[in-house]
Amino acid sequence: MTSPATSLETRTAPPARSGRRRPRLTALGVVPFFLFAFLFLVLPTLYLVAGSFQNQQGQWTLQNYFNLTKSYTMSAYEASIEISLVTAVSAGVFGFVLAYAVISGGLPGRIRGIVTSFSGVASNFAGIPLALAFIFTIGRMGFLTLALKAVGVDLYGSGFTIYSKVGLEIVYFYFQLPLMLLVIAPAIDGLKKEWREASENAGASTFQFWRYVALPVLMPSLLGSMILLFGNAFGAQATAFALTGGFIPLVTIVIGGQLSGDALGDKNLGYALAMGMVVIMAMVLVAYSFLTRRAERWQR
Amino acid sequence: MTSQQVAATIDQPVRKARRRREGEPIHKVIASWFILVVAMAYFFLPLLGTLIFSFRDRPWYNAWTDTLNDPMLWKTLGFSFLIGAVTIVLSIVLLVPTAFWVRLRLPRLRPFVEFVTLLPFVVPPIVLVYGLVITFSAPPLGLTTTEQGSNVLLVCAYVILSFPYMYRAIDAGLRTIDIQTLTEACQSLGAGWPTIMLRVILPNLRVAILSGAFLTMAIVMGEFTIANFLARQGMFAVWLQQISGNLAYQPAAVVIISFGITWAAMGVIAWIGRGRSSKVELTGVR
Amino acid sequence: MSYLVLTGIQKVFPGGTVAVQDFNLSMERGEFVSFLGPSGCGKTTTLRMIAGFEIPTAGRVVLDGRDMTDDPPNRRNVGMVFQSYALFPNMNVLDNIGFGLKVRKRPQDEIRKRTLELLSLVHLEGRENRYPYQMSGGQQQRVALARALAYEPQVLLLDEPLSALDAKIRVSLRQEIRSIQRQLGITSVYVTHDQEEALSLSDRIVVMSDGNIEQIGTPFEIYNKPATPFVARFVGTLSTLTAKVVDAGVGRVLIGGQEVSSGHRIAASGTETMLALRPEVVRLGDGGGSNRLTGEVLDVAFLGSVVRIRVQLPQDSGIVTLDTFNDPTTPPPGLGNPITVSFPPSALMPLDAADADRIFAAEPI
Repeated sequence: MTSPATSLETRTAPPARSGRRRPRLTALGVVPFFLFAFLFLVLPTLYLVAGSFQNQQGQWTLQNYFNLTKSYTMSAYEASIEISLVTAVSAGVFGFVLAYAVISGGLPGRIRGIVTSFSGVASNFAGIPLALAFIFTIGRMGFLTLALKAVGVDLYGSGFTIYSKVGLEIVYFYFQLPLMLLVIAPAIDGLKKEWREASENAGASTFQFWRYVALPVLMPSLLGSMILLFGNAFGAQATAFALTGGFIPLVTIVIGGQLSGDALGDKNLGYALAMGMVVIMAMVLVAYSFLTRRAERWQR
Repeated sequence: MTSQQVAATIDQPVRKARRRREGEPIHKVIASWFILVVAMAYFFLPLLGTLIFSFRDRPWYNAWTDTLNDPMLWKTLGFSFLIGAVTIVLSIVLLVPTAFWVRLRLPRLRPFVEFVTLLPFVVPPIVLVYGLVITFSAPPLGLTTTEQGSNVLLVCAYVILSFPYMYRAIDAGLRTIDIQTLTEACQSLGAGWPTIMLRVILPNLRVAILSGAFLTMAIVMGEFTIANFLARQGMFAVWLQQISGNLAYQPAAVVIISFGITWAAMGVIAWIGRGRSSKVELTGVR
Repeated sequence: MSYLVLTGIQKVFPGGTVAVQDFNLSMERGEFVSFLGPSGCGKTTTLRMIAGFEIPTAGRVVLDGRDMTDDPPNRRNVGMVFQSYALFPNMNVLDNIGFGLKVRKRPQDEIRKRTLELLSLVHLEGRENRYPYQMSGGQQQRVALARALAYEPQVLLLDEPLSALDAKIRVSLRQEIRSIQRQLGITSVYVTHDQEEALSLSDRIVVMSDGNIEQIGTPFEIYNKPATPFVARFVGTLSTLTAKVVDAGVGRVLIGGQEVSSGHRIAASGTETMLALRPEVVRLGDGGGSNRLTGEVLDVAFLGSVVRIRVQLPQDSGIVTLDTFNDPTTPPPGLGNPITVSFPPSALMPLDAADADRIFAAEPI
């Protein structure tokens, strides 16, 4: 059993034996990773960046970015932002409420584990299968549509259609809600029981506790999570593709169209479109990291 | 910590102290149940709808027999699984040494590595495949023109996609075992690096790696965007999308199967991570 | 005039665990009472019942004549200091302290005035704009104390407030707490497992074990006249010795083959009994008292001003711990050397082998 003094010494003194071999070995461990990331992530992104600043003839230009504001691409951005915002906020609020109910709402402890596992499944179920599942349920010939018709409620007669922005939002909700639940759960766990008790002890009602303590403390996490949800919806392609077949132009759909050869006409515009997306996602990530760090600082 | 203490801590799952609490007020509990029931209804409805839809054919089991007898179902499941397996192996080979060395010897590289593993969030699959196609389709590489080339691209793209989850899982796993002391203990006992990695570090990362692996597999099995635009019709989701346009009831059965696979994968992840206090990664951000 | 009265308090948790059994206490206004005991003895549960965070399964809590057993925690006029400080992380010191007043809808300038008053009371002037994460544990605890006192509660409750702090801060902060309490004259209940804290701070101590009250008394009483073996063992250091009874009526016993006179008639039946000694009554050497015992030096702990020697008695009859003051001219005895210690007969405390019996039931001779 070494005394604390000696073990401290051995730790700070570098082992003399492997001193010379060290740089080679450690480089071996890390280089493949960086090389791989460069080849298959950074390089393709750089090609896109470069292409977005060029025109058809290969000259450098900013024209592509100006062209983004043209109606077709602009409405793609608008649609993407709208859907992402709506699902982020609605799933954010409901996800928080559900998470709180499951964690601190007085439900049996096992429910939390079950709901968490199910959330993992549901948030991964996105894409083609999810879109199809909704079509089978509330599509024109969906089981629920027909069932409601049988009791006199005509969904499609009154103008509803799943092949619309609203329909897309309903479907996106399916994987946004569980994501919110999973992401906000640690923050709810971090709401120390003592804060509630200290607040009650000081004379505060439940409403006052939420207003002055709980919600302010949770706000960075709530905002950060909703921003994450926004990014998640913004970058989704498969679900929208399966549901709308490309009819509703979202940024991801238009980019996909580029790859299939559908004309935006101008491939450089496509690159700019993709880069615009990357910029938005980067902002999402930065905002999320900042807010999460803020939240962690308070909950120390 | 001494080596003996380290060895002792590895085997003990961390237990959270459970404080007995007074019951919550009854109206709160009722509201919680209500919210839960409503949420569960929303989540089960599409599944139920799909299931019922799959029984609409004549006779009721037709969609299912057609599906299960369809060779393409098994071919695409098998192919997707294979791609997933290769992805996982490659990902482990790239990430475990990296995470290990960063923790042990190169802490200054840590921000860079973390940044790289977060980049896939910033470059969504559609953008990634876009970039990959324009980078690798032109000669002399021309990867997209051949089957094997495209498969290689597919795997590499999926490895990139797996970075955030695999790295986080492995890093979290490394954090719970004190690799500094473990390595020193091994070295003082005379072990070389291969031994240390294969016989000490990797086994202790079993839970982390398995969780990351199953999540990656679930993602690969359901992935559409990259597979579609690399023209990989052999992938499960691409095939499903194709038949959804042509066939009426079979796709419903396939959707149920797809859900079952995802559910099984998550179940295994939860089972692997049972009794541990460390958070197990569950989401594949889509 | 009893200010805070707990009668017949009992707490049984769902699942059957009995946390507190028949707790009865009557406190005067301005009194400082500690609940002392090991983990799980029910002291914190009882405190929480006074605060209202746990509902007693039986019994009443009456404060200044008002029965508050059924009142929710935010309707009681008590102030609580938590072990983990529980400061609101999103508020600075000023807002934390003023929270109770804000909730009571006091005007803003009154809140500010009062908060600054309290800040100087706990010696944290100038730090009103700091946030909890910017402060050390000791500072956070002082803010927590100020927060609990801000709205002038009738009772101050402290749940092991110092156990999360470093030893040095613990000692200085506990003096501060006590002097503030005296200054304000506020009735206080202090929960701790540290007997030194309880002994040095309290007007009275309630020693608890396994949900039951073992003894209520002043520090002097608890230490010098422990009512049960548990109290004797828990509070202060105790040497327990096995003695063979020679003459029960006169109180002569054999410890390690050596005859000693105990100060009382042996009440217990049987040929063996347990006796105890406090370290401060034992002297090195022959003089000092009529009893002497010889043994081997087992351990010498040099604690600075005090030297604590442990002596192994023959025939496995026990270990005597004694404290002597450090004498620079005399080095402490070496390990394994023979040594003689002495003590007066009255110093021997009877500890009955059957734990349930109350000691000092024996009549002194």
